[in-house]
Amino acid sequence: MSDRPVYVLAALLVLLASGLFAYKYFVLKVPLTPNLQVKAWDVEVRVDLRAEGGPAKVSFYLPRPNGVYEVADERFISGDFGLGIRRFVDNRLAVWSVRRATGRKVLFYRATVRPARAVGTGAAANPPEVSSPEFTAAERAAADQLLRNAQNQSADLETLTEALLRELMGRADDNLTLLLGESPDLDRKLQLATRLLARAGIPARTVHGIQLEQLARNARRVEWLDVYYGKQWHSFDPVTGEQGLPDRYLAWWRGNNPLVRVDGGLHLNTQIAVTLNQESALMRTRTPGGLLDFSLLSLPVQTQAVYHVLLAVPIGVLLLVLMRNFVGIKTFGTFMPVLIALAFRETQLLWGIVLFCTVVGSGLAFRFYFERLKLLLVPRLASVLIIVVLLMAIISVISYRLGLHRALSVALFPIVIMTMTVERMSIVWEERGAREALEQGAGSLFVAALAYLVMQIEPLRHVIFLYPELLLVILAATILMGRYTGYRLTELIRFREFGGGKRP
Amino acid sequence: MMLATRRQLAEAGVLGINRRNARFTLPCNPRKYYPRVDDKEQTKQLAQEAGIAVPPLYGVLHIERQVRDLARQVAPYADFVIKPAQGSGGNGIVVITGRTGSGYRLVNGVTLDERELAHHASNVLSGMYSLGGQPDKALIEYRVQFDPVFAGISYQGVPDIRIINYLGVPVMAMIRLPTQRSRGRANLHQGAIGAGVDLATGTTLHAVQDNAMVTMHPDTGNAITGITIPYWDQILALAARCYELTGLGYQGADFVLDSERGPLLLELNARPGLNIQIANHAGLLPRLRQVERSGAHVRGYEQRVGFAKRAFAHKEA
Repeated sequence: MSDRPVYVLAALLVLLASGLFAYKYFVLKVPLTPNLQVKAWDVEVRVDLRAEGGPAKVSFYLPRPNGVYEVADERFISGDFGLGIRRFVDNRLAVWSVRRATGRKVLFYRATVRPARAVGTGAAANPPEVSSPEFTAAERAAADQLLRNAQNQSADLETLTEALLRELMGRADDNLTLLLGESPDLDRKLQLATRLLARAGIPARTVHGIQLEQLARNARRVEWLDVYYGKQWHSFDPVTGEQGLPDRYLAWWRGNNPLVRVDGGLHLNTQIAVTLNQESALMRTRTPGGLLDFSLLSLPVQTQAVYHVLLAVPIGVLLLVLMRNFVGIKTFGTFMPVLIALAFRETQLLWGIVLFCTVVGSGLAFRFYFERLKLLLVPRLASVLIIVVLLMAIISVISYRLGLHRALSVALFPIVIMTMTVERMSIVWEERGAREALEQGAGSLFVAALAYLVMQIEPLRHVIFLYPELLLVILAATILMGRYTGYRLTELIRFREFGGGKRP
Repeated sequence: MMLATRRQLAEAGVLGINRRNARFTLPCNPRKYYPRVDDKEQTKQLAQEAGIAVPPLYGVLHIERQVRDLARQVAPYADFVIKPAQGSGGNGIVVITGRTGSGYRLVNGVTLDERELAHHASNVLSGMYSLGGQPDKALIEYRVQFDPVFAGISYQGVPDIRIINYLGVPVMAMIRLPTQRSRGRANLHQGAIGAGVDLATGTTLHAVQDNAMVTMHPDTGNAITGITIPYWDQILALAARCYELTGLGYQGADFVLDSERGPLLLELNARPGLNIQIANHAGLLPRLRQVERSGAHVRGYEQRVGFAKRAFAHKEA
């Protein structure tokens, strides 16, 4: 067969890809690197609930930023719920309600967050009112004691707040235990801080927010304390006790209520996903072309996060082809190394290798035992799979007990792939010896590690995500490699007899 | 010498695995014909229909139930072989050389009782030795009494003769000699010796074990080179006829020499290994190209063999 159609196809694919790339890069000005652009984030909240059949109401706080960021393009996906938005002095509240609802319901809120054009000062129009907090007599004594201690260590309201936070976060004494109970969480401590400050006549409030990260399917929530003095609000980090906030915190709601309240149903879960939004940077420079409306950026944030991973897979596969057909490294199963590399993303490389070796190694021991029992093939495979699942569970429990939290991620290894690896490895072990089996096992791990490292290169993933048409180039390269008929690197060793001219 | 360069391999005409697949096995071996060689029972039937001699089949076990009758089935035979129909690399083959009371004696003198033999048969059926672990059949067949010419250069097992055919033309041959290291198996990567064979005369040329040159058998101390394989022309003719038998353009044919029955076709292989080049110290590529250029493959098998003997005769360097 002639190689011509292969070359033509590859050339067409490259041409198509470069055309799309050029159009997006030069005309639409899609940026190549993440740091070229104005930072903006897509925030998506997903509320899961089970309605009980009667009227249901879901109250949900909306982001109410404090001047550093602004919220644009809010969208609600409400299903058959009606939506109302209420404004309070401090908060915005969305209320979804429906007359009758049964079964599982999912509500979405999506918004784009970007740095505010004019940075607010946090000044309040009117000084907030302070309502005196309720304490029992015993609590009042403890609270006064705490306040006195803090006042003794401070010169002004700023240092008073810092001292108070230090005391609250510090070691629990009798006074604190009385006020907070045993092992209180940060929320409770902040609540107490506002009450203590209120007792001293100082307006204070808890602020809940999230961290704006590059990509998080479940954004980290952060709380801090706002204290009013000198005609404006001042923010304090409760953990360090110091004034000021780190970068990239989005204030969400204030006060002591939870983010979501469900009446007439069971609140199952609320998830806040964040991803860096590249599109908004584009929108600022020019109106988007029709093409971008169909890009991956138009997908929901959580799906975007999935594609961020999936689009990296072809890079790993390309590497695998290179390793197998050009270098000649032997691996178990064709795509096993790429799937293991995907699992490494969660475990990190070193832990991934350790965990993989542990599971496959012990799985192998069991497989050899099953061999002695002379089981038929399918029941034997099934038994190994059950053992693999059990091993993973045991590793998780033991490592958690030992405080090795990374090892928990063993659960993310694809079990079927591990089972097949155990099976293949034991067959090779038996038929061609331990050396061959270990060689192939090491080869698989090596390729997996390499694929993981390449798939982790952030700029590469970023470019592929913004320009998915580059996958056509990878496809073209793979097709071309499909017609590579030259020697593999390992064959240079295998046929080394032919080197060095004439034989003696 | 640790490595050969690409250039050296190319000059020697060494066939690499990528090229073997892309250029030869993929285009010349239609997938639908693979079962003809992957299933040894089918190969045997095809060969018998074409009048090619094979080790006679005593019986086939298809299902677990038949294992119970194994003892009755093998009762008439003093010696026999049980092998998986879809096995590869000589795995799962049990050779019974005789009886001791109620037991069966293996080549290495170990005795199996009836239950152990049945156990092995059901392992074969469960697919333990088959490609990809598919359920398999167990063949019970005649034990080859190898020709005395090889007595001095093999250890326990039976040496076999591998011939690579391209478009029905034998292009390269080697003989594989079992050693103690290969545990009596004729398997090169387990430590058996591979010796290149001159296509024109059937005389052994170079011999290698683990890619290193050897001149004598490590277990018997006898010289390996310079031995002429009897019935060579007949073997070449049988090999050439396998092209019509299977329709596979690129295949390896394995023969054994029986002291009474002469050459027998043992099995065929649709993806024959490349180590034969090391045993012959010659690359396959120039010969494959020569076959393509000659157009010999469109002629009958006698002409094809004639062409092979003329074109690929060993020339003293």
